[in-house]
Amino acid sequence: MSTKLEYSDKVVDHFTNPRNVGEIKNASGVGTVGNAKCGDIMRVYLDIDDKGFIKDVKFKTFGCGAAIATSSMATELVKGKHIDEALALTNKSVMEALDGLPQVKVHCSLLAEEAIHAALWDYAQKSHVTIDGLKKPKSDIHEDDHDHDHGEEEE
Amino acid sequence: MPKTIYLDNAATTAVRPEVLDAMMPFLTEWYGNPSSVHEFGALCNVACDKARAQVAKVIGADPKDVYFTSGGTESDNWALKSAVLAKKEKGKHIITTKIEHHAVMETCEFLERQGCEVTYLDVDADGLIDLGALKDAIRPDTIMISVMYANNEIGTVQPIREIGEIARSRGILFHTDAVQAFGHIPIDVDKDNIDLMSASGHKIHGPKGVGFLYMRKGVKLPPFMHGGHHERGRRAGTLNVPGIVGIGKAAEVAEREMPDNIKRVSGLRDMLIEGLLREVPYSKLNGHPTKRLPGNVNISFRYVEGESLLMLVDEKGVSASTGSACASGSLDPSHVLLAIGLPHEIAHGSLRFSLSEENTKEEMEYTVKVVKEVVERLRSMSPLYEDMLNGVA
Repeated sequence: MSTKLEYSDKVVDHFTNPRNVGEIKNASGVGTVGNAKCGDIMRVYLDIDDKGFIKDVKFKTFGCGAAIATSSMATELVKGKHIDEALALTNKSVMEALDGLPQVKVHCSLLAEEAIHAALWDYAQKSHVTIDGLKKPKSDIHEDDHDHDHGEEEE
Repeated sequence: MPKTIYLDNAATTAVRPEVLDAMMPFLTEWYGNPSSVHEFGALCNVACDKARAQVAKVIGADPKDVYFTSGGTESDNWALKSAVLAKKEKGKHIITTKIEHHAVMETCEFLERQGCEVTYLDVDADGLIDLGALKDAIRPDTIMISVMYANNEIGTVQPIREIGEIARSRGILFHTDAVQAFGHIPIDVDKDNIDLMSASGHKIHGPKGVGFLYMRKGVKLPPFMHGGHHERGRRAGTLNVPGIVGIGKAAEVAEREMPDNIKRVSGLRDMLIEGLLREVPYSKLNGHPTKRLPGNVNISFRYVEGESLLMLVDEKGVSASTGSACASGSLDPSHVLLAIGLPHEIAHGSLRFSLSEENTKEEMEYTVKVVKEVVERLRSMSPLYEDMLNGVA
């Protein structure tokens, strides 16, 4: 839990007015990551043209303010970009674009990066294309995997 | 509609004007130390004794058995840690529950690291402990049973009298964390067979930083704070005179208004519960439907996450909470909601609204409207809701 005061203005803006919310029917690629145990699930839809450009992107997220804001920002950052550029998107660049996140919320930005990678992987599988450097996502909605870093402070 | 609707009274309450009026002279003119012999001191001493009597009356106690502390957390720490010291000849087994406030739970975990054994009793789906399981958990070396009077998150009120009877008949100390119950529902330390009880001032429109531990005559736990003869040698430290006067006044008002407030606040509570369950599909009340604090509403809204829900209702002027304010900073769902059997994703989507007699029917109606809107909005962007609609999950 973080209070509103711990979030940057940009996080609050993207949380209260998220961009690119929704679904894409017959999407080129769909990726879902996260787990309900941690309270964050993110799904990304990509519409990719013949030349490998992301024409449209939508997301749905179950999660905290930071999870929704990072989903919104990550989709903004890849919209209109080539898949190679989208693949290069890191959680660090999402965080920077949001003017930072509270320490306990850093894992949310990882989720955004993973969701885009998972959607790209789905696109690659469906369209039989190879994207250099893209790895298979660990798994979708992993209930028991709880080993990622939450950045919680030690007692 | 007022700018902010405050529905977080289980976290803390507003100090009542008459409480503040009672306290003010002890911050300004009568600033003496109650331990001093001169008139300044004596006046303060008298004021603290008056407060002790006011507090004691609410729980049917002898004023001499009330020891002022810095609040509920200190009282819980004192009761548990000092019981272990006092009873080390008998054993080091403690029985408590899985839904205690962190002040009890983390103290028990600390005591386990010091070599104590602790049994954490399960609760049922409504948050009640099973008296049979309590009896079964008792061992020859059990030194204390500590069960909270009423839960801070889901409002369930435990069968304290029966628990106290069991403890008394087996010669085991009985402690109850009554921070949420004191001044809100009737408590009688004799009838309820309570040996030790923790309470706090700021949950009953008193000031923060003051509370007390009730310790039945003859229980005689060693002090937790050392360094002076204060509080009959049991709790060292210069008395927080303005705070003590404040909790005394707040207790007096709470006792006087209790019958009316129970009726009024539980009416508002039921109105809010009914409104939310009626207007918001896939919602569920947490905690016991009737054995419940007058001001507690805790509801799970499926397919949405609590923090985003909380922040968006806050934007619309409704101050609620996700479970316990003390759990802020933790990303795990509430241990209480997990203990009543909620799956993680549903526990994550729960809100607590805690009311006081200062709330109104109009505020309840507005809250229902706001929560309904916000839940609909969050569901429209929830992959879990999408899966449910598509029959995937």
